Amino acid sequence: MTAGMRLFTFAAPSRFHALAGRFTPWFWLATFGFAVAGLYVGFIVAPVDATQGNAYRIIFLHVPAAWMSMLLYMVMAFWAAIGWAFRAKMASMLARAIAPTGAMFTVLALWSGALWGKPSWGAWWVWDARLTSELILLFLYLGYIALVEAIDDPRRADQAGALLALVGAINVPVIYFSVRWWNTLHQGATISMTAAPKMASTMLTAMLLMTLACWAYAFAVVFTRARAIIVEREQHTAWVSELALAAKGA
Amino acid sequence: MQWSSPSEFFAMGGHGLYVWGSYGVAALLMVVEPWLAARRRRRAVHDAASAEIWKEAES
Repeated sequence: MTAGMRLFTFAAPSRFHALAGRFTPWFWLATFGFAVAGLYVGFIVAPVDATQGNAYRIIFLHVPAAWMSMLLYMVMAFWAAIGWAFRAKMASMLARAIAPTGAMFTVLALWSGALWGKPSWGAWWVWDARLTSELILLFLYLGYIALVEAIDDPRRADQAGALLALVGAINVPVIYFSVRWWNTLHQGATISMTAAPKMASTMLTAMLLMTLACWAYAFAVVFTRARAIIVEREQHTAWVSELALAAKGA
Repeated sequence: MQWSSPSEFFAMGGHGLYVWGSYGVAALLMVVEPWLAARRRRRAVHDAASAEIWKEAES
């Protein structure tokens, strides 16, 4: 069997179900480990900020959540497109499994942003380019979920969802570059590919550890949901019947 | 170590409500979401087993 063929077998829902089930506990372990380390560095080691006081510690949650909200949208749109273009149902199922987690991180980014905006800007919310485009991202996730759930035929739902996800993907670069393209209240990028980070190294360490925790969390919860979707949609297959009867002890 | 007492830690220099409000909601969502996903899978397996038992009973 060639490497390409072997990779292709992961696209079989039964293979994905088994593999994801094996990896999920390790992702939970990684989530917990990175979160404890990140919170320790962020709350115990990192010093208080000279201008913002302790409110700045929201950054260790806010920035990773905002990154994940954008990244997961791109990953969701990618798999939705693959599922549509190649009629790969596992890819479409993965896109559906990602959407609620992406929406959760978007809510978290908006919520932590509001609670950070109040002490630092004096406002919970402003209709600024960065905040508004992030709110649109939440509506895109919710729109995608509502659309694929509303159409009964799963393959047609996948196609409609893919179209929405792809059109909406234009919003992600808008969010990312909004602080450069428009005058906004939101601060610019803390970390960029081209310049040295504008923050102390302990703060950077805490933020990166929390980002790893969010990554591991996303893998763990998306895999769990993907396995649920596989069992729902492959109910008629022999392997799901066997699995279900074995789980019931029948 | 930044803190001389637990109360100082929880106060966060007067910003406790904002800091703990952020992390508290994050912790809540990150417990509820995996719970919902795991419950969805349990129900799917249960439904698949019920459907199979029905099929066997009919045949």
